[in-house]
Amino acid sequence: MDIANALVAILNFVVIPAAAYGSQLALGALGVTLIYGILRFSNFAHGDTMAIGTAIVILLTWGLQALGVSLGPLPIALLALPIGIAITAGLVLLTDRLVYRHYRRVRADPIVLVMASTGVMFLMNGLTRLLIGVDEIRFDDGARFLISVQQFKAWTGLTEGLALRLSQFITLVVAGLSCWALFRFLNRTRSGKAMRAYSDNEDLALLSGIDPERVVRLTWIIATALAVMAGTLYGLDKSFKAFNYFQILLPIFAAAIVGGLGSPTGAVAGGFVIAFSEVAVTYPWKKIAGYLVPGWQPEGLLQLLSTEYKFAVSFVILIVVLLFRPTGLFRGKSF
Amino acid sequence: MSDGNHGFGGNRGMRDASIVNTAGRGTIDGTRRSGPVRPGPEAAPFLAARDMRGGYGKADILNGCTITVDRGQIAVIVGPNGAGKSTAMKAIFGMLDLREGSVQLDGQDISALNPQDRVRAGMGFVPQTSNVFPSMTVEENLQMGAYIREDDFRDTMDQVYALFPAVAAKRRQAAGELSGGQRQQVAVGRALMTRPKLLMLDEPTAGVSPIVMDELFDRIIEIARTGISILMVEQNARQALEIADVGYVLVQGANRYTDTGAALLANPEVRRTFLGG
Amino acid sequence: MSTTRQSDAASPWRAPALLAVLVVLFVLEGSLSNALFSGSWNSALGILNMGLLSAIMALGVNITWGYGGLFNAGVVGFLALGGLAPVLVSTRPVPGAWAAGGTGVLLALLVGLATLGLAAVVARWLSGALRFWAALAVIVAGFVIYRELFDPAVAAIEANNPAQAGNIGGLGLPVLLSWPVGGLLAAAAAWGVGKVALGLRSDYLAIATLGIGEIIVAVMRNEGWLARGVLNMSGIPRPVPYELNLQADPGFQARAAGWGMDVATASGIWVKLCYAGLFVAVLLALVLLSELALRSPWGRMMRAIRDNETAAEAMGKHVTRRHLQVFIIGAAVIGLAGAMMVTLDGLLNPGGYAPLRYTFLVWVMVIVGGSGNNWGAVLGAILIWYLWIKAEVWGPAFMSVVTAAMEPGPLKAHLLESAPHMRFVAMGLVLLLVLRFAPRGLVPEK
Repeated sequence: MDIANALVAILNFVVIPAAAYGSQLALGALGVTLIYGILRFSNFAHGDTMAIGTAIVILLTWGLQALGVSLGPLPIALLALPIGIAITAGLVLLTDRLVYRHYRRVRADPIVLVMASTGVMFLMNGLTRLLIGVDEIRFDDGARFLISVQQFKAWTGLTEGLALRLSQFITLVVAGLSCWALFRFLNRTRSGKAMRAYSDNEDLALLSGIDPERVVRLTWIIATALAVMAGTLYGLDKSFKAFNYFQILLPIFAAAIVGGLGSPTGAVAGGFVIAFSEVAVTYPWKKIAGYLVPGWQPEGLLQLLSTEYKFAVSFVILIVVLLFRPTGLFRGKSF
Repeated sequence: MSDGNHGFGGNRGMRDASIVNTAGRGTIDGTRRSGPVRPGPEAAPFLAARDMRGGYGKADILNGCTITVDRGQIAVIVGPNGAGKSTAMKAIFGMLDLREGSVQLDGQDISALNPQDRVRAGMGFVPQTSNVFPSMTVEENLQMGAYIREDDFRDTMDQVYALFPAVAAKRRQAAGELSGGQRQQVAVGRALMTRPKLLMLDEPTAGVSPIVMDELFDRIIEIARTGISILMVEQNARQALEIADVGYVLVQGANRYTDTGAALLANPEVRRTFLGG
Repeated sequence: MSTTRQSDAASPWRAPALLAVLVVLFVLEGSLSNALFSGSWNSALGILNMGLLSAIMALGVNITWGYGGLFNAGVVGFLALGGLAPVLVSTRPVPGAWAAGGTGVLLALLVGLATLGLAAVVARWLSGALRFWAALAVIVAGFVIYRELFDPAVAAIEANNPAQAGNIGGLGLPVLLSWPVGGLLAAAAAWGVGKVALGLRSDYLAIATLGIGEIIVAVMRNEGWLARGVLNMSGIPRPVPYELNLQADPGFQARAAGWGMDVATASGIWVKLCYAGLFVAVLLALVLLSELALRSPWGRMMRAIRDNETAAEAMGKHVTRRHLQVFIIGAAVIGLAGAMMVTLDGLLNPGGYAPLRYTFLVWVMVIVGGSGNNWGAVLGAILIWYLWIKAEVWGPAFMSVVTAAMEPGPLKAHLLESAPHMRFVAMGLVLLLVLRFAPRGLVPEK
C-alpha cells in the first residue's frame, strides 16, 4: 500500500506538474527552434511575444466575460486564444515587415537580427506593460479540478491524494494536439516541406521556386501561434506576470539547445527533459522516502535545491548536454 | 560575410552557435521583385544572353559576354580560372544585376525577372555546391524540385528515377548521407522536376571520380535528347567539349572563341592555351 | 548597399559633438525648470553619476564584444556579483557570525569546488560511456558531502542576530578596496563560465551567460547568510563625506553661503561631485588602459583573431584562450562597476537586478554609442542613461498632451497611469532606429 501511495505522490507532485510545465516549455521551444532554423537567429523577443500574446488573450477574456459568454467548465481564455493568436501574429508580422525584412534584404549577419530582436523585445515589453501593467493576474475562470484530492481518495482508499487540475489537463491536450499538427504539417504538407527545405538550403529553395518571404511569414505565424499558446497555457496553469515571461526565456532556450537547435523533435524532448529535471530537483522527497523506506524519518526535506534555483537546473543540464553531446540530443541545425 | 559594414561593425568573428545559425544561409536576395516580361526579337536562338556586363560591386567581371543555346543543344562554357564562367551562368539566371545586356528565353525578354520567376519561365539550375537539401530524403528533394508544379508530377519523378537508378534505390534516405556522385544525380534530378526547357549546370563533375563523370555526361546527353537545352560550365574542358554541340571559351569576362565542341577541340590554339596541349 | 554609406562618416568630430550634446542636456536638466527638465543640479548630477557607472559597464561589454566578438548576455549577473564585494569587504564584521558557521561554509565551498575539479579531471581522463557516469558519480557524492557541511553552517549563521544581521559580515576594510575585489569576483565567475562555454566546438557563450546571470542574481536573493538576500544590505560605508556631517560642519556652511546655496542642497551636490570625480577617474583610467591594450601586440592579435579567426588559428594563435582572456577582462570591468554602484547607493538590493535594465540596456548603450569604439560606448552609455531616466518623466508629459482632448474615463486614467512604461518602448525604438540607420553607432569604430 505504501508503494501505491508513493507512486501516487510522485504522480501528483512530480509527473503531472512537470508534464504540464514541459508541454508549455516545449511549445515555446518549438517556436524558438523554428525561428532559429529558418530565420537563423535566436529570437530574444520570444518571451515577450508570449507575454504580449497572453496579455491580449486576457483582455479578450475580460471582454468576453463582460459580454456574458461562458464555456461551462472550460476557461473562456480558450475561446479568446485563436483571436489572440491572430492579433499577435499580425503584430509580429508587422515587426518583420518594419524591422527584420530589411536585414534579410541586405543579407546582414544573423547577429544583427539578434540585436534587432532585443529592440523588438524592449518594444513588446513596453507594450505589454502599457496594455496590462506589471501586476500578477489570474484569468482562469473555468472549473478548478478534473480530479480532486477528495474524489481520488474516495475512489482508491489511499491516504495519498491525487489532483488533476483542469488547466493542466487542457495544457496537455492542447500541447499534444499542436505538436501533432505541427509535425504533420512539417513532414507531410507542401508548405511544411518548403519550410524544411528553406532551413536546409536557402538558395536552393529559391531556385526551386519556393517564395522565401512566404516561408518567413509562415514561420512567424506558426512560431507566434505556439508562443501565444504556450504563454496562455502557462498563465492559466500558474498566473500571468509579465516578468515571468521574460525569465522563462532561459528554460525555453535551454530546452531548444538541449534538444538540438533547429530540431522540432528535439525542442519537444528538451522541454520535457528540462521540466522533469526542474521539478524533480526542486521537489522535497521526504514524504515519498517515508513511504518507500518504512521507519526512516530523514532530518531535512530531501530537497536537492530550493525552488528559487530552478533556473540553475536548466543551466546545468544545458552545460552537461553541451559538454557530452555538443549538437544536442537530436543533432540540431536542420529539421 | 566578409563585408565589415553589415550592421554594427560586422559580426566580429562571432561564432556563437546559441544565437546564430549560419548553416544553409543564402546569398541570393529573395525579396527582389520581378519586372515585366517583353517579347524579344523574332528568330532569336532559344536562349540568347547578349552583351552581358556586370559583376559584384564596382568592378565588372563580365565584359560584354554573349551566350546562346538552341533547342536541344548542349552548350559548354570553358575558360581559365576567374574568367567569369560561373558569373555568366549566374547572370543568365538573374542572380547578378547586369549593367548592360539582355537575356531572352524562348522569344521572351526575361532580363527583369528574379531567379524564382526564371524557374517558372522554364530555367532549371544546378549549383556547383550545396545543391541538395541534405536533411531531406531523396524523394523529398525531388518533390521540392517540383514545388512550382500544380499538376501530378509522379511521371516526371519516375523518369528521373529511370534516368538515375542508383538514387531510386535510396529514395527514403537523406540526401546528405549519399556519396558525392549520387548527390550530384539528386541535384540534377531535382532541377529536372520542374520540366525545364533549359537546364543549367555549374561544374557538375567537380570533385567526382572519372567514372562517375563519364556516367554523368552520358545522362546529360540523354537529357538533351528529350529536347531540353543544356548549358554547362566545366573545369574538365576536354571531356565536356567532346559532348558539346557548341562551346564558348571565356577569357576575362568576354568571348574568346565560339565554335562547335569538335571544332574547338581541333583548334590548335585552343588546345595549347586552354586544354593543356 | 544602403548600410555602407556610413563607413565614410567616421569623422573625428563625432565624439566631441556628442560630448557637447551631452553637456547641453545636463546643463538644461540642471538649470531649466519646466515640464521636461527638473531644474535641479542634484538631479542632474544623480543622472550623471549613474551615467558614468553605465559607461563603465558599457566599456566592459564593448571589450568583450568589440575586441573579441563575444556575446555576453549575463551582464546583470557579473554586475550583481561585483556588488557583493563592498558588503563582504567593507561592512563591519558581524559578531559571532564566523564562529557560528564561517569555517563550515568555507569548508563546504571548498568541497564544492574540489568536486567540480575532480569531475572535470575524471571527465578528461576517461572516455566513452564511462566518462559521463563516473563524472556524475563524483558530482553526486560531492554534492551530498557539500550539503552535509553547508546546511548546518548556513542555518547557524542565519540564526545569529537575524533581525539586524544574519549574514557572515564584512571585513571592515576601506570601501575603495572593495572595487577591485568586485572585479575579481566577476572575473572568477567569468573564468568558470568561459572555460565551459568557449571550450566547445562552437561557443555557446550567449546562452551560458544568460543562465549564469539569472543564477547569480538568484543566489544573491536567496543566500541570506551571504549578504542578507532580499532583506537588503544597507549602511555600506562611503568613500566620500556624508551630507549630514557636511551640514553640521561650520566650514562647509560658510562655503555653501559663499556659493549662494542653502546647506542641504550644497551638501548633496558636493557629495555627488565627489562621487563623479572618483567615477571619472576610474572611467578615464579604464579607457586609457583599454586603448593602450588595443594598440599593444596583444590588441593587434585580438583584432587579427576577430577579423579572420581561421587565419589566426593557422598562425598558431590560441583563439579560445584569447577569447577567454577578453571575456574575463570584460566581466571584471562590469564587476568593478557593480561594486561602484553598490557603493554609490550605499545599499545592496538583490531584488533590483533586472536583466532588461542591466543586461540589455547596456547592450543598447554599446550599439547606440558605436561598438568597438571605447569613446562611443562611454558617450552612448551616458546618453542612453539620460534618456532612460528622462523618458520616465517625458512619457507621462507626452501622454498628458496626447490625452488632453480625451474625455476623463478609465481609458484615459489607464493611459496616464501606465505612461512611465513608455520608456521601454522608447528604448526599443532608439535601438531599432540606430541599428537601421546608423548601424555602426553614433561614434563609429575607426
